[in-house]
Amino acid sequence: MSQATEHYYVPAPSKWPIIGSTALVFMGFGAALTMNKLPLGYSLLGIGFAILVFMLFGWFGEVIRESQKGVYHAQEDRSFRWGMTWFIFSEVMFFAAFFGALFYMRTFSIPWLAGEGVGGVDHALLWPDFTGDWPTAGPGFADNFTPMGAWGIPAINTLLLLTSGVTITLAHWALQKNDRSGLKLWMLATIALGVTFLGFQIYEYGHAYADLNLKLTSGAYGSTFYMLTGFHGFHVTLGTIMLIVIYFRSAAGHFKPEHHFGFEGVAWYWHFVDVVWLGLFIFVYLV
Amino acid sequence: MGSKLLSFWVGVMVLGFYSGSAVSSKYNLPEPQTIIAQQIYDQHIWALWICLVIFIAVFGVMGYSIVKHRKSAGYKAANFHHSTTVEIIWTAIPCIILIFMAWPATKTVIAMKDTTESDITVKVTGYQWMWGYDYLQGEGEGIKFYSQLATSQSEIHNETPKGENYLLEVNNRLVVPVGKKIRIILTANDVLHAWWVPALGVKQDAIPGFIRDTWFTADNVGVFRGQCAELCGKEHGFMPIVVEVVEEQQYAQWVADQLKTAATDANAAIINAAAK
Amino acid sequence: MAVVQDVHGHVHGHPTGIMRWIGATNHKDIGTMYLCFSLTMLFIGGFLIMGVRAELFMPGMQIFEPEVFNSFTTLHGLIMVFGAIMPAFVGFANWQVPMMIGAPDMAFARMNNWSFWLLPVAASLLIGSFFVPGGAAAGGWTFYPPLSTQGGLGVDMMIFAIHILGASSIMGAINIITTILNMRAPGMTLMKMPMFVWTWLITAYLLVLVMPVLAGTVTMLLTDRHFGTSFFNAAGGGDPVLFQHVFWFFGHPEVYIMILPSFGIVSEVIPTFARKPLFGYSSMVYATASIAILSCIVWAHHMFSVGMPAAGQLFFMYATMLIAVPTGVKVFNWTATMWRGSMTFETPMLFAIGFILLFVIGGFSGVVCALVPVDIQVQDTYYVIAHFHYVLVSGSLFSLFAGAYYWLPKWSGRMYDETLGKWHFWLSMVFFNLTFFVQHFLGLAGMPRRIPDYALQFADFNMISSIGAFGFGLAQLLFVYIVIKCLRSGEKAPDMPWDGAKTLEWTHLPTPAPYHSFETPPVVKF
Ligand code: HEA
Ligand code: HEA
Ligand code: CUA
Ligand SMILES: [Cu+2]
Repeated sequence: MSQATEHYYVPAPSKWPIIGSTALVFMGFGAALTMNKLPLGYSLLGIGFAILVFMLFGWFGEVIRESQKGVYHAQEDRSFRWGMTWFIFSEVMFFAAFFGALFYMRTFSIPWLAGEGVGGVDHALLWPDFTGDWPTAGPGFADNFTPMGAWGIPAINTLLLLTSGVTITLAHWALQKNDRSGLKLWMLATIALGVTFLGFQIYEYGHAYADLNLKLTSGAYGSTFYMLTGFHGFHVTLGTIMLIVIYFRSAAGHFKPEHHFGFEGVAWYWHFVDVVWLGLFIFVYLV
Repeated sequence: MGSKLLSFWVGVMVLGFYSGSAVSSKYNLPEPQTIIAQQIYDQHIWALWICLVIFIAVFGVMGYSIVKHRKSAGYKAANFHHSTTVEIIWTAIPCIILIFMAWPATKTVIAMKDTTESDITVKVTGYQWMWGYDYLQGEGEGIKFYSQLATSQSEIHNETPKGENYLLEVNNRLVVPVGKKIRIILTANDVLHAWWVPALGVKQDAIPGFIRDTWFTADNVGVFRGQCAELCGKEHGFMPIVVEVVEEQQYAQWVADQLKTAATDANAAIINAAAK
Repeated sequence: MAVVQDVHGHVHGHPTGIMRWIGATNHKDIGTMYLCFSLTMLFIGGFLIMGVRAELFMPGMQIFEPEVFNSFTTLHGLIMVFGAIMPAFVGFANWQVPMMIGAPDMAFARMNNWSFWLLPVAASLLIGSFFVPGGAAAGGWTFYPPLSTQGGLGVDMMIFAIHILGASSIMGAINIITTILNMRAPGMTLMKMPMFVWTWLITAYLLVLVMPVLAGTVTMLLTDRHFGTSFFNAAGGGDPVLFQHVFWFFGHPEVYIMILPSFGIVSEVIPTFARKPLFGYSSMVYATASIAILSCIVWAHHMFSVGMPAAGQLFFMYATMLIAVPTGVKVFNWTATMWRGSMTFETPMLFAIGFILLFVIGGFSGVVCALVPVDIQVQDTYYVIAHFHYVLVSGSLFSLFAGAYYWLPKWSGRMYDETLGKWHFWLSMVFFNLTFFVQHFLGLAGMPRRIPDYALQFADFNMISSIGAFGFGLAQLLFVYIVIKCLRSGEKAPDMPWDGAKTLEWTHLPTPAPYHSFETPPVVKF
């Protein structure tokens, strides 16, 4: 048919999904075994992870090749946008679960443990010495720790991420004006900011463990602090990897001023990571 | 219309019969022994009546059209598909009905929460798999004991015939006086449990590390049985609750006995310790 | 008939061999795999509960150790919910959504494949957990901590299975949303979409909203188990009840995820067999949306016995009861659709009517549960078991049967055996009620759920329930037979086997639907 190119692109059967599933079989069993300190765990986990990485390279590589071949038109482009939007939304909900836990502990469970509620009986019967001031490791843990202040590294990190939000937008503008060197320059800047952020975060964790006695096991504060910042850090890592991929694609001449969803998807993701960080800065570090 | 009326009256009679005869039968909630349990009982029947009426109305209409508006009866389809008036009506009516259901429930909820001014306070602790009772305040203060399933393993494994209170008997019952407000304070030692005695209208989860409370005032003497109502591991089905409600002076007697044995036990412990 | 749609240019043809399935990017093939998978899981989940019902046939311990019994109940719940019902609906969405909106395929065909192929991975973790030291998870499908903090390897396998299932659902949901929003044929405006498509759009939104929260929940459980965090541990300032909040924030919308597509299927079937358009189409859409929105603010009605403050209990009671209103609108609309129609009662219609009848009973017992004082009595008893099997089995499962019989001719090009179909319906109907109606009485009289042995006064109803369950299970074998018979030797289906059908897959496509449909969008006029 002559208008065949107008057709929505439906890819041919692909081996990548089943490879991904194979990876997850290994990883699922491997992780379960590892966590129960049973033999074979690490090996399975390692194999699974290797397969997963292979799959990601293969799958995304294929998408990129297709994109370069020009099979994606306006309608496919819209699909990608919807897809990315709702993917990011689902990520927001993932973080919401942890923010919700933090909120619940601070407004409900910790005051209850400190005796608020049922006529103060909690206090007398179970945890007589507990006052419930935040931050706390909870009534049952004797360990003392120092909470993480907001105005040191976290404030610097906030600046870094906010700046990176600006640089990636500058990169986007450059791309739209087809200014390839500007694009690459600002991309590099964004990546550098992301990596610096991660470096600071690693340093901060080291500092917390070594000097502040603040650990993942430090009760409510430790749990929420590490899980929230940890998952965020993990997302920054993913985002940075995506930025690096996009950088190399830009360097290879991919993306057109009017057609560059791959770039925009990563930019959206980066902004999302940025916004989550603002939530963290306020609710984990500040108040 | 005939079949609709008929089914209506059949339904009414069935439910009327049900609500009349179901008291303390195995078809309904057990016979209520407290004000709260009574209110729950009544609200349940009330809700059933409402549901029955709606059920008959909806399925009367549907049944009628199933019988009459079928192709095999030669009925030709109409073509209407919309009526704002009707839609508004059948949105509004359920709202109103719901208010009539929610109103009494609201009052009971508030009453259930009022644990003030109790005569006796008992702390109940859930363990895997038994209950600990601890009389904290009021007559009997200081009494403590554990309460465990008393049904034998051989009955459970079908080696001996099962007794009348199979799985619902314990070694030490919770004894309380009739007509007194008993406040139950709950916690758990390991995992979640729930302390539930249907006839008293009480169910409350026991949560490790937290305290929750509830209350009841039994109207009659008797033995009331319940079970742990929150999955707590392998013996979850085997940690019953037995509450024995007794006359006041009988209760006083029981308290005296308990405190005496406790005192002798304590003495024995001191003597033992001294001997070592 | 002329297979017009097969004339295409460079678009690949009809893949064959094993890669057709393993690598499938065709929405119909993927839909078929989903449906087969879910039927298998229905049998596995059903097999587990047959063990449970056998143990409960008489008082006393006969078959199981209590812990094994608990793991059977637990895995029954998980496998039925995540393995049987949800994938079945996704299978229907795969087959039907593109055809009903005039799209060539799903928006992300390769991701669609992965959504499916994640399911066997998760299933292997779940089922495999029976065979590891310590056995499968035994804390109920709700796996409340601290009990689930105690379990062994099996619990971790369950956690990872849930992660993977969550990923699969999220990808599936994104795919469906995108397909519906972006791939409709010209003229197919949102308010002209078939109800089934609408209900799936709203369901997919619920999925992206709550599945990530479930993922977060199990992640917290995992770190509590192995890395010393204290989310659900009072000693560290956490709270076991926090788990219940986050779990049910997922869990309640989840039950509507399992019923909204049912509403969609029934809203397709009823008008077809009443030969009359769906009454109150737009109010159906609004009702579906209201149910979805309300479902996000009622979760704590599963927690009335944890000892929430009165204000909390009242709020959740009112919000829960309110759901009866939009649901009622749906029921009334179906009734009005049937009113003065010209009805015939083929198997799909029977299942749809059976659905309405029994779902309403389940809805009523739901409203009874929603009354806090009454729920204090019935929470965690067989009354709740009866409630949710009325909405899940005679709700979701019956609607799936209705849909399967309705679309089987379109999918396979052959007719199923109508007589056997009716047998399947009536047997299911009788045995279903035998199994679950008496459970209302058991619950009211005080039988807790999740127990392997019970007091003597519960004996006769349990025996009736078990007999009903075995009968219901056997009746499902008939379904498999009917499907196989239909595929192998069923009569050839006419292009339009149901004269009242109005949706695109019937009006614009030959029967059976060609492998590639709507590569050029149809022009839709209403
Ligand atoms: C498909 C699944 C599904 C559906 C649709 C529903 C629908 C409803 N459910 Fe159900 N529910 C479950 C699945 C479902 N539920 C499950 C799985 C559990 C247990 C989980 C576990 O613990 O393991 C559960 C448990 C459960 C509980 C907790 C019980 C307990 O553990 O103590 C409650 C309490 O409020 C409840 C309420 C309701 C209500 C009010 C509805 C409403 O949506 C029903 C609305 C419908 C109608 C009311 C009928 C039609 C309406 C009319 C004809 C209009 C007029 C009616 C009136 C005015 C009353 N459900
Ligand atoms: C989502 C859907 C769903 C479905 C479809 C079902 C289907 C069935 N369920 Fe259940 N069920 C749940 C969801 C579901 N369930 C959940 C969420 C729980 C709570 C779990 C928990 O407490 O954690 C539960 C719990 C539950 C219990 C309570 C267990 C306990 O508390 O200990 C019972 C008891 O009777 C029960 C029974 C049944 C029966 C008889 C069927 C039947 O409909 C099944 C019929 C199907 C088959 C039987 C398979 C097909 C046939 C064969 C394999 C042929 C062989 C047949 C024979 C040998 C007879 N279910
Ligand atoms: Cu204790 Cu169940
Ligand atoms: Cu619910």
